[in-house]
Amino acid sequence: MSLTQIRFYQTGTFTVANRLLGSDAAAEQASPNRANSLNCGHRACQGCGEALGARYVLDAAMRASKGRLIVANATGCLEVFSTPYPESSWQTAWMHSLFGNAPAVATGIAAAMKAKNRGDVRILAQGGDGGTTDIGFACLSGMFERNDDVLYVCYDNEAYMNTGAQRSSATPAAARTATTPAAGPEPGNTFGQGKSVPMIAMAHFIPYVATASVANLHDLEDKVERAIVMRGARYIHVHVPCPLGWGSAAHDTIRVARLAVESGMFPLFEAEHGEVTGHSTIRRRLPVEDYLKLQKRFAHLFKPIADVERIAKLQAIADRNITRFDLLN
Amino acid sequence: MFQQIEGSRAVAESVALCRPEVVCAYPITPQTHIVEGLGEMVKSGRLKGCEFINVESEFAALSVAIGASAAGARSYTATASQGLLYMTEAVYNASGLGLPIVMTIGNRAIGAPINIWNDHSDSMSVRDSGWLQFHAETNQEAADLHIQAFRLAEELSLPVMVCMDGFILTHAYERVDVPTQEQVDAFLPPFVPRQVLDPAAPLSIGSMVGPDAFMEVRYLAHQKQFLALARIPEVAKHFARVFGRESGGLARGYRTEDAEILVVALGSVNGTIQEVVDEMRADGIAIGSVSLCSYRPFPVDLMRQMLGHARHVVVVEKCLAPGQGGILSMEIQSALAGLVPNVSTLIAGLGGRIITRRSLRAAFEHARDGLLPPLTFLDLNEGPIAREPELQMEPVCL
Amino acid sequence: MFQIRIHGRGGQGVVSAAEILSVAAFFEGKYAQAFPSFGSERNGAPVMSFCRVDDKPIRLREPVMEPDALIIQDPTLLHLPGLFDGLAAGGSVLINSARPCENYLAIPATELALKYVRRPVPNAALLGGFAAQTGLLRIESIVAAIREKFPGEIGEANARAAQAAWDLAQEAHVSAN
Repeated sequence: MSLTQIRFYQTGTFTVANRLLGSDAAAEQASPNRANSLNCGHRACQGCGEALGARYVLDAAMRASKGRLIVANATGCLEVFSTPYPESSWQTAWMHSLFGNAPAVATGIAAAMKAKNRGDVRILAQGGDGGTTDIGFACLSGMFERNDDVLYVCYDNEAYMNTGAQRSSATPAAARTATTPAAGPEPGNTFGQGKSVPMIAMAHFIPYVATASVANLHDLEDKVERAIVMRGARYIHVHVPCPLGWGSAAHDTIRVARLAVESGMFPLFEAEHGEVTGHSTIRRRLPVEDYLKLQKRFAHLFKPIADVERIAKLQAIADRNITRFDLLN
Repeated sequence: MFQQIEGSRAVAESVALCRPEVVCAYPITPQTHIVEGLGEMVKSGRLKGCEFINVESEFAALSVAIGASAAGARSYTATASQGLLYMTEAVYNASGLGLPIVMTIGNRAIGAPINIWNDHSDSMSVRDSGWLQFHAETNQEAADLHIQAFRLAEELSLPVMVCMDGFILTHAYERVDVPTQEQVDAFLPPFVPRQVLDPAAPLSIGSMVGPDAFMEVRYLAHQKQFLALARIPEVAKHFARVFGRESGGLARGYRTEDAEILVVALGSVNGTIQEVVDEMRADGIAIGSVSLCSYRPFPVDLMRQMLGHARHVVVVEKCLAPGQGGILSMEIQSALAGLVPNVSTLIAGLGGRIITRRSLRAAFEHARDGLLPPLTFLDLNEGPIAREPELQMEPVCL
Repeated sequence: MFQIRIHGRGGQGVVSAAEILSVAAFFEGKYAQAFPSFGSERNGAPVMSFCRVDDKPIRLREPVMEPDALIIQDPTLLHLPGLFDGLAAGGSVLINSARPCENYLAIPATELALKYVRRPVPNAALLGGFAAQTGLLRIESIVAAIREKFPGEIGEANARAAQAAWDLAQEAHVSAN
């Protein structure tokens, strides 16, 4: 009798768990023993990429830290939809202070744990792109420079979503936001220099930097679990679509995130002490247009006429990422 | 033990005796010597069990203290002037979250124009932030107030700022009795937080409060100030028992009993005022002074008690509400409404302008003669004023 | 109360001088207050510092307007207007100068500093001269305060400079009488 190798295409990145997967290949979210750090009942939008990401990140962090975790959260969607007094969705020790100080608050918590000889307690700080790349940037850099024992996770939905989708320094070129409307000769966000906080984190030579996406939840969990047990400053930048702000369908969140990865617009990589140590290969490269077309924030690039020039410039950004991080290999 | 040391050093020694667990440092004149002193103590091992963190801004300094305090660590930082403004968002956050952080303010003017010298505009800018706010008259009191501050802060779950005049106190060498560790340990128990970030007992701190509950939260903060008002004298009495000297409390009177003129002020200028009081008393003038230590909470009833019998109250202010007048004055006037016929404001010492006995005496004599206007700027230089004719509305110079 | 005003230039140890005086007074069981005329200290800019000594606690916070003694650490300041303002009648003036001065006591403090400390910081020597000139504080207290402020060999060297200045001032006093 010959053996037929059956390839399970549905395992790996695409599957959280099912009965075909061994328990070690299942995501933490599939476990009934998961911490359920971000409990249901919160007020996030339908299809919120950030809620999805945070749920995965926190439960993975709780598992890897054996439940000894304290979380500092910046102001933003995540904090607002999860803690409407008198209720809270958080089942971890959690604190929210201000918009721009989550990294510093986390530094303080870490210092307190050190002073009390509780080095077993891990500290996780989290915020959106607004609180990380803009208003929290100085505190973030300070935390990196001091190598404070904090894992900072940025949920990047590429705009100040909580306040109505205004442009941040993470907003991609040409995207429509409330403060970069699709009007005039240069509709949407201008083509600026961009601001890669993961690369800036690498420039601080901190122990661990990674990008991740809700497109690849296993990868996201793995990175969090790897990072949580390390010491020193660590940074994970998670790409999280926002259906409301991006104008994508609520059921397309993971699909859109996947297109960002597969077009090269959002490269997945890891780095340690300033050197890239690995990346996720793009299995099936897709043109940037496929990604853009699903989002109304880029609708003006296609209607009334195709903005060939701008689409090409966005493609060039993706091409550069692919080259820089060698994503096809 | 008595030592002849710089005011900043006295504060650093006292704070160190309080066994802080997290100290954040960001330099700004004139407080820098305090955090440098603490840093040296941590680095040399003299101060154990303390994490000393050099942060990237004042906003970060208080934010780090916020995180540390919420995680149950006794936390401290110091700032002044521009630094206090830069961290103002965090100042309100700390009191809103009920975190017992103690912070020194080395009182300094706020720019523009940039000015590194002493006045009270910085601590005045956050008077409504919900922090307790004490003003030290001497370096001894500055040191002592920090010890009392940690005790009050942790008891009330409220942050406390201890204000000391920049340069005049921070950089002055004076005799200070630095307490022993035994004395401080007897007075200040370990920090037991009212609520704390603990993975073993998780909770959420800093949730969003809507219109349905915000008023009640603020009302309770308001009431908390009255609780503080009751506790401050009690803690000061307890301090006196343990350390053997009077320090802090709500306010101190000097020769007020039969005074017809009473002077009120915050901070170190009270020393000079008392010298003037003695001189004038020697000339038979019934004058006295009140050194207000607790500016927040503001002791309305006590002010009425101490000042109510005067014919004329003069408030010496190191701050200004442009277009309005004195800030402390407004509160004193409000407290004394219906009691004292004349309350005058003497704006003095802004931006470090020296306040002399001579000038104060002249002003107080004007008060005695009924010639002191409601608002006066002490020792104003005529020259620059004369060059701005459209800004000369009425005589404000003495 | 005895009030001292010290004039000098940034970098000459004017602030330390006042502090050392206050520590010396403290060692003698007196109350003392020392503070600088605050500024963004730049090397070479004129600076002042103040010291008050009394047998009871000192409350006054204004700068010293009526000094009982002046110490002038840099003779190039002599042309500055207001240098002698408020000097009490019979008040003493001590000048850092190698040339004898008609009305004031001159001590070659910079030379002494170079000799003993190998740095041209005249403050310690001037304090030794001041102690002799006014008799306000004992040289032993000055020396002890210098050692307290500057640890190790630096303190010893400065203490020697102060002692040498004191000896010089004593001689000058003797020869003047």
